[in-house]
Amino acid sequence: MSHYPFPDESGRYGAFGGRYVPETLMSALLQLEQDYLRLSRDESFQEELKYYLQQYAGRPTPLYYAERLTKHLGGPKVYLKREDLNHTGAHKINNAIGQALLALRTGKRRVIAETGAGQHGVATATVAARFGLECTVFMGEEDMRRQALNVFRMRMLGGEVVAATSGTRTLKDATNEAIRHWVAHVDDTHYIIGSVVGPHPYPMIVRDFQRIIGDEAKAQILQQEGRLPTSVVACVGGGSNAMGIFYPFIEDDGVELIGCEAAGHGLGTAYHAASIARGRPGVLHGAKTMLLQDEYGQVQPAHSISAGLDYPGIGPEHAHLAATGRATYVPVTDDEALEAFFLLSKLEGIIPALESAHAVAYLMREAGRYGPNDVVVVCLSGRGDKDVEQVAAREGDEVNGSHP
Amino acid sequence: MDRIRDAFQASHKLLVPFVVAGDPDYARSLHIATAILDAGADMLEIGFPYSDPLADGPVIQAAAVRSLKQGTRLVDCLRLVRDVRARSPKPLVAFTYVNPLIQYGAERFFSELAAAGGDGVIVPDVPLEEAGEVASAAEAHGIQFIPLVAPTSGEERVRAIVQAARGFVYCVSSLGVTGERQQVSRQVRELVDLVRKHTDLPACVGFGVSQPEHVREISEFADGVIVGSAYVRRIGDALREGRDPVDAVRSFTEQLKQAARESTHPR
Repeated sequence: MSHYPFPDESGRYGAFGGRYVPETLMSALLQLEQDYLRLSRDESFQEELKYYLQQYAGRPTPLYYAERLTKHLGGPKVYLKREDLNHTGAHKINNAIGQALLALRTGKRRVIAETGAGQHGVATATVAARFGLECTVFMGEEDMRRQALNVFRMRMLGGEVVAATSGTRTLKDATNEAIRHWVAHVDDTHYIIGSVVGPHPYPMIVRDFQRIIGDEAKAQILQQEGRLPTSVVACVGGGSNAMGIFYPFIEDDGVELIGCEAAGHGLGTAYHAASIARGRPGVLHGAKTMLLQDEYGQVQPAHSISAGLDYPGIGPEHAHLAATGRATYVPVTDDEALEAFFLLSKLEGIIPALESAHAVAYLMREAGRYGPNDVVVVCLSGRGDKDVEQVAAREGDEVNGSHP
Repeated sequence: MDRIRDAFQASHKLLVPFVVAGDPDYARSLHIATAILDAGADMLEIGFPYSDPLADGPVIQAAAVRSLKQGTRLVDCLRLVRDVRARSPKPLVAFTYVNPLIQYGAERFFSELAAAGGDGVIVPDVPLEEAGEVASAAEAHGIQFIPLVAPTSGEERVRAIVQAARGFVYCVSSLGVTGERQQVSRQVRELVDLVRKHTDLPACVGFGVSQPEHVREISEFADGVIVGSAYVRRIGDALREGRDPVDAVRSFTEQLKQAARESTHPR
């Protein structure tokens, strides 16, 4: 494959991306792009970023050979990229640190963020605490209920959590509220978008701050196996962990890139979040991308058991990778993800986030495609502590003997 | 025929109200629109309801929800333009987010908007950089593509934006989404001056304009005043209190129109 040139100068990934935002934000986005491009070449910025990723977030994360899972599945040799071992429990901290440093370098003392599962909100509140920034996180009212523990964590860290009560009261609406707030406070506030979504330059910035996942995984698999993997598998909501691990492999034609979309109750129902499988090109949150929508372009509610995948759009670069066939996007249902959640817990002693369980579930289903000489890297994007209560309630179990 | 240009030939400053199509239902939104124009408004912005209105505050969001719950589709919004046109010769401007427009197809959208008697379009989430395709489809069908400029735009952007503008230039009064504000920001006068420096097109001010005093103040330096949330809220309040929203918008229009007329500043 030839050199991969995206995004282009207009912020596009082929037919996707761009900047569909109110004029009030345009100057800020253009300035952010300039500042970011300058800092991405600035050695002292890169050194500072590296320092915090190592000393604060705990990087590099291991690439762990999941021996018992491998034996159980009887297919490929499975490695887990352990993003769950990061400080705050997910890959989100990589981007939050990068963007907090960006905010500091551009003189912004206040940051805002949207969050679905709460992982990005927690990561943002964490770095805001560390760097002394004022922090407001927008979260759907429904997600605040599903992820009450993370709401508490954000508040403990000094963050203000604002409930998004419009629309479906999930990640989509939290993002709307964050953008609206940013329109009103763009002069003193940096918006730390949590995924590879939104107007240019955000999908590029978030991808670049997350590519550390793929850079490390590539070096680690070469060291441990002496070759590139057959497949790299990651879950996709907005798609930041997937874009982060895919990006360094894009020009390695032999490596299959597989994104797992939340199929919720199934693609045959109205309850899923599979924007590649069931969406059409449209504009959401400032970017042209694949979008769940009705005939008239009204955005349709998404559904997933995992709040972090419960999003009717997807990052524009994923839409591009799907359109060109460079990456493949597959649906994984709530039930499959739950099964993987339990399997990984019991076999490896690793409780995955429900989001990440979608990637493990793909392998459970498709292990038969692979032979014993195949190597698969799965991005274990986060840990599942936040989901234990929800899963227990759903399964009718008891947590500490006291849960209904 | 250029209804927008003709409207700005008036000796007074223009009052441009905004309402959401299908709020609270089709029939009443037609009555409301007609009553506003009959009561003296000079032009009407018709908002096409959208599920994710990024540039709108809670009042207009709620109206969009009310309308969508009634089952309003884009074809119904175009029908409303046609039905209002049958009752009034004044300029009608569609306010729509980009996604419904491109799903319908830009060509088809503007051809049908023109056939319905629409004069202009405002697409709040299409900045200059993304305007090409939409603006040229509008132009091809004689629909004026009215751009927004903001206090954050800066002179370079304002100059580029107004060069591509048609109809008039929509000056966003202050940072933030649509919604009523207590006072008119000082920045907006500078913004209007900047627009005037680079174009002869009329400059109208919107976002946050909610009271006759605001209209009076803005009419001193701009060519027109756009009032949205204050109308939409009156419609919602009237419904909740069991009053006729048509009466509410009629008397509000008369008040605002009076304020616009009081401006002594010549055009």
